[in-house]
Amino acid sequence: MSAELDELYQSIILDHNRRPRNYRVMDDASAHAEGKNPLCGDQLTIWLKLEGDQISDVSFQGSGCAISKASASLMTAAIKGKTRGEAEQIFTTFHGVVTGAHPEGAESLGSLKALGGVSRFPLRVKCASLAWHAMHAALGQHGAADTPDAAAAPVSTE
Amino acid sequence: MSIAGAGFTDVRSDFPLLAASPGLVYLDSAATSQKPRVVLDAVRDYYETANANPHRGAYKLSGAATDAYHGARRDIARFLGAADADTLIFTRGTTESLNLLATAWGLPHVHRGDRVVVTRLEHHANFVTWQQLARAVGAEFRICELTPDGRVDLDQLRALVTANTKVVAFGHVSNALGTINDVREIVKIAHALGAVAICDGAQGAPHLQVDFDALGVDAYAFSGHKMLGPMGIGGVIVRRQMLETMHPYQFGGDMIEFVFDGDSTWNVLPHKFEAGTPNVEGAVGLAAAARYLDALGMDAVRAHEVALTSYALEQLATIEGLHVYGPASAEARSGVVSFTLGDIHPHDLSTMLDVDGVCVRAGHHCAQPLMRALHVAATVRASFYVYNSTADVDALVASLRRAKVRFHAHVG
Repeated sequence: MSAELDELYQSIILDHNRRPRNYRVMDDASAHAEGKNPLCGDQLTIWLKLEGDQISDVSFQGSGCAISKASASLMTAAIKGKTRGEAEQIFTTFHGVVTGAHPEGAESLGSLKALGGVSRFPLRVKCASLAWHAMHAALGQHGAADTPDAAAAPVSTE
Repeated sequence: MSIAGAGFTDVRSDFPLLAASPGLVYLDSAATSQKPRVVLDAVRDYYETANANPHRGAYKLSGAATDAYHGARRDIARFLGAADADTLIFTRGTTESLNLLATAWGLPHVHRGDRVVVTRLEHHANFVTWQQLARAVGAEFRICELTPDGRVDLDQLRALVTANTKVVAFGHVSNALGTINDVREIVKIAHALGAVAICDGAQGAPHLQVDFDALGVDAYAFSGHKMLGPMGIGGVIVRRQMLETMHPYQFGGDMIEFVFDGDSTWNVLPHKFEAGTPNVEGAVGLAAAARYLDALGMDAVRAHEVALTSYALEQLATIEGLHVYGPASAEARSGVVSFTLGDIHPHDLSTMLDVDGVCVRAGHHCAQPLMRALHVAATVRASFYVYNSTADVDALVASLRRAKVRFHAHVG
C-alpha cells in the first residue's frame, strides 16, 4: 500500500465521504452558492445562515469524489460559529496547505489538516477547494445583496 | 496469458516513451495514443532534409516540402481507402474537421425547418457542432437514443430521418462506450431520404480497417494523434460531389486563385479548404503512422484488440461491484471498456490507479448527453491499443482490487 495514498485517503476522509456532516438543504439560509467542476461532473451547493457577522449554521449537498465531499463536510464543521473574517482566514490557511505553498499552516487547521495529503496530488487540489470557493462566493454575495437568501453566481474550479 | 499479443509481443519496444517506462500501464489510447519511433523519425527527417514552405517557392527545397506534404496525403488517403486523394482535407483533427463540415457545408445547405440528426453516443465535437448549426439556422435538432446495451437504436433512427432531414452525424465508434456502429446501415437510412451521412471516425480509423469508398459515408473525419501520429494533424475525406458544393472554411494564403479588389476566386481541391501554411510535419508524421499500422495489418490490430478486450471484460467481471457500460461482447466494441466500481468515485479510482502506474481516463469523456442518459456523472475508461498486453489488463485488475480494499477498509 502506498504511503502517499494512505495520507490522501485517511480514515477521517473516507468517513466524511461516507457519512458527510451537515448534509442537508437549509430552508432559512441567508446565502447559498453552487460549486461546479464541469470536467469531473462534481456539483455541490453550500448554504450559510448568518447572524450579524457570525456564521450560525452551514450545510451542503451535492455529488462528487471523496476528496471534494469530505472537504465540504469538514469545512462545515470548521466554520460553524466562526465570523466571516475567521472563515475566510481558515480558507486562506487551508488553501496554502492543500496547494503545498504553506504546509506550516496545517497545525492550526484541526481536523482539516487530514486534507494535507492533497498537496502530493496537484490534480486533486481543485476537488479539495471546490466547497471553499462556493462558501467564499456565498459570503461575498451576502455582503453585496440585501435579500433574505442571496444566491451567488456558481463558481467553478475548472 | 497467451490469448492476446500474438505477433505483437515486441510492439511496445517500438514506442520510446513506453520503452523508457517499463512500469507504465498506459490505458488511455482513446484519449491519445503513444508514438512509435518511426513517426518521431519521420518528423525529424522532414525538418532535416526537406523543410521549406510548400507551394510557395520556385526553388527545389520548396518542391521537396510540397512533395512530402502531398505524398503524405496520398499515403493517408490510401490507408483510409479513398482513391481520390485530393478529397482528403488536412485539418487539426476531428474537431476541426466537423466544424469545417458544419460551417462550409452546413451553413449553405441546412435551412430553417430542416432537421439535423445525431445520436446519444456522440462526442461533444460531433454533438455541439450540429446542435449549434441547427440553432444558428433555425433547424430542428434531434437525438437518436440507444438500446439498453449502448447501441444506436436503428428503428428509432429510421423514424427520425424524415424527408426534411439534411444530415445524419454519427460516430464510427463511441469514445465513451466503445460501441462500433453499423455504418453501412446508418448510411442506408440517411441516404434513403436524401440526407447526408457524416461519420466521426476519431475512434474508428485507429482501430478498424476503414474503406472510405466502400463505406458509403459522405464525409469521414479523423485525428492523427489517436492513430499513432502527431498531435495537431488530422483530416476529413469528403465525397467529391459534396466537396464541390462547399464554401471555403477559412480565407488566406494557398486557398485563393485570384484576389481582386472587390472579390476573389478559389483554388482547386484540396487547397480551397487549406488556408495558410499547412502542418507538413504533422502530415508526414501521420503518413509514417499509417505505414506502421499497415505493416502491422489492421486485421491483426483488430484481432489483438478483440482478444485484449475480451480478456479485460472477463477479468473485470470477477471484481464484485464493478459495472461495465456498453455492449457485452468484445466483437461489438473497440478496445474501450467504461466502468464504475461500487460507490467509489471515478476520480478517486483514477488517482489510486495512477499511484500504481495505471493511466486511465475518469470523467464524462466529452459525452455529457450520454452520461446523463446512463445516469452517471462519470465513469472510468480503460482503452487499449497495439502496445498493450494482457499484463496491462492484469495490472489494471490488481490495482482496482487494491483500490477497493483501501476504500472500504476504514468504514464500518
